[in-house]
Amino acid sequence: MRHTISLLVENTFGAFDRIATMFSAKGFNIHSISIGETEIQDISRMTIVTSGDDQIIEQVVKQLNRLIDTVKVVDLTEQDRTERELALISVNYQKGSLEEIKNISDIFRGKVVDINNKSITLEITGPPAKINAVVNVLMPYGIKEMARSGTVALRRGEQVRHPKKEMV
Amino acid sequence: MSDNNKPKLTGAKIFFECLRREGVEYIFGIPGGATIKIYEELYDIDFLTHILAKHEQGATHMAEGYARATGKVGVVLVTSGPGATNTVTGIADAYMDSTPIVVFTGQVPTQLIGNDAFQEADIIGITRPITKHSFLVRKVEDLAPVIRKAFYLASTGRPGPVVVDLPKDMLNSETTFNYPEQIQIRGYKPTYSGHSNQIRKAAKMIQQAKRPLLYVGGGVIMSDASKELTRFARQNTLPVTMTLQGLGAFPGTDPLSLGMLGMHGMYWANQAVNHCDVLVALGARFDDRVTGKIDTFAVDAYKIHVDIDPTAIEKNVLVDLPIVGDVKKVLADLIEAMPGKPDTAGWLQQIRAWQEECPLPLETADGYLRTSYVIDRLSEKTKGEAVIVSDVGQHQMWIAQYYKFTKPRSHLSSGGLGTMGFSVPAAIGAAFGVKKRPIISISGDGGFQMNLQELITAKAYNLPIKFFIINNSFLGMVRQWQELFHAEKYSFTDLSKYNPNFVKLGDALGIPSFSAETIEEVDEAMDKALQINDRPVLVEFRVLKEDMVFPMVPAGASISSMIMERLNPKRMV
Repeated sequence: MRHTISLLVENTFGAFDRIATMFSAKGFNIHSISIGETEIQDISRMTIVTSGDDQIIEQVVKQLNRLIDTVKVVDLTEQDRTERELALISVNYQKGSLEEIKNISDIFRGKVVDINNKSITLEITGPPAKINAVVNVLMPYGIKEMARSGTVALRRGEQVRHPKKEMV
Repeated sequence: MSDNNKPKLTGAKIFFECLRREGVEYIFGIPGGATIKIYEELYDIDFLTHILAKHEQGATHMAEGYARATGKVGVVLVTSGPGATNTVTGIADAYMDSTPIVVFTGQVPTQLIGNDAFQEADIIGITRPITKHSFLVRKVEDLAPVIRKAFYLASTGRPGPVVVDLPKDMLNSETTFNYPEQIQIRGYKPTYSGHSNQIRKAAKMIQQAKRPLLYVGGGVIMSDASKELTRFARQNTLPVTMTLQGLGAFPGTDPLSLGMLGMHGMYWANQAVNHCDVLVALGARFDDRVTGKIDTFAVDAYKIHVDIDPTAIEKNVLVDLPIVGDVKKVLADLIEAMPGKPDTAGWLQQIRAWQEECPLPLETADGYLRTSYVIDRLSEKTKGEAVIVSDVGQHQMWIAQYYKFTKPRSHLSSGGLGTMGFSVPAAIGAAFGVKKRPIISISGDGGFQMNLQELITAKAYNLPIKFFIINNSFLGMVRQWQELFHAEKYSFTDLSKYNPNFVKLGDALGIPSFSAETIEEVDEAMDKALQINDRPVLVEFRVLKEDMVFPMVPAGASISSMIMERLNPKRMV
């Protein structure tokens, strides 16, 4: 099963490397990973989408917690959360198909961010499932290039008060 | 005094000010270009002793041996590039066996990092998966806080190796020195006290158990919990089985001790694991050499797991009751929480019966000299009180089986990584840390040659170490697997053509050296070695070439299916 894990990490030399190394050393999956600044100075938020059975996910969370640079680890999967991803999709168009592509973009509340005489680039944001849907619909037109940001997520409502998932 | 009035110190000076405050007695290292400034300072320093190793791997194992024998942090100082990369095996070894060491590596000047400069290696990157944590100190202002953190991280929680990379220009630049009294690491807060409800529940389960068993790992030794363990086991008449790293945590001479469990464990210990109804794992990690086939391991037992590292819990085996905490504290709390003693008389009787059914053999009747006999004699002569530093392979298992360890921090062995070549340098480190007990390094003929350059170091410092070589002219453990599982193809394990004359080798280094070839010669050779206490001594025991370690659980098999003896006895060489 897919899990979305949110972590706060020290914004130090090598912190990202340590996390990536841990995932590969332990053989855990990474579907997407995104990292950026937070409201707290020196702390970055990382959102990792991984998958595995309950025992593996428990190990993922524990191993992340064990790294000295991680300040807080939360598995958001069972929680009420907001998940978003941004995709830039460049699609080939011919005479006649341009309108269709723009319509599809509108249906998904996308934006046209670039166009030239051969292709049109759309910006789509939403939950990963929505991005997948857009990609599927645009596929027949010929996707020239695509860049996806990976999932970012935040828990809704009340803030987490305990920094680390308590054992036991 | 405000910082403005304080004198400025170079990074190299600050380095030693920090080490002084950490109470460092010994540094194991080798100088080089990148650390030359540190060695310049070291020249006039008298509050610690630098031990000059022959090879950086040796230095790292020395620090490990020192750390394991004393419980203090071992310190390594090496130069950049090859100096740093040579420490990698030692760091990996320390990581696998949770040994507290801090490895200081020189680094090329900051402006050259990444330029493929002379003697440059990205040691932080190379060691990332085998360190508890690591630091690259780019600014001299960060040096003191980093060293403080490095020692703190290495020695607290689940201990482990920490690497601190020191660029040459940083060591030359100056700042005012402030040693932080307190350190705050947001992401690092080990849990020391076990959850009280969990402990109460555990106590109740143990009290109600019919067939309880304590399964003890190296964590008990690391947290100095032997006293608590011994009290807990004796008060409640609980049988104790130990892992390779746990040996010494509970006296091997106590009737409640079942000795080692696992692949080459005691028959009765493995039987006890398979038949117990409550299994209490204390500072142990359910390693594959212990559990054998995981889904047949103690299947019917209610499992309680005490460990300071949450990731150790349910990594391999699902447990019923996890307790995260320092095993010393948890055991003390458990002793208090016990509602009464369990009735284990019948269970102990059953274990007794298993012991009588398949006792550990001590074969001498055929006249062949076996390692088991050598170790048994050594155990008796030293009353189980020596510090035994084993290497890796058959002799390591025989030590675990036949030496009756009576004290913690007496059995130093590379368990997790299985590093051949560990014993000689680790014994040197131990000899600096422990002066009052005999230090005995025991290696096979194969492993002995993997770090034998450090024999010169032992001689240079005239350390009273007894270097025992168990010479069967084979890479014996590999040979054993070849005989049992690989069609008797003894591919490159017969060393008779490749071995040196060990006695002449020792002589050449100025070390009294002799050998014993027969059962009759063992006592005399051992007595002679044990009487030399002002310098190293080397004894080669020429043992039966094709001897094998039994009992044995084949890799991946259930620990209930032990091979007890050679099925097809061969003509002995």
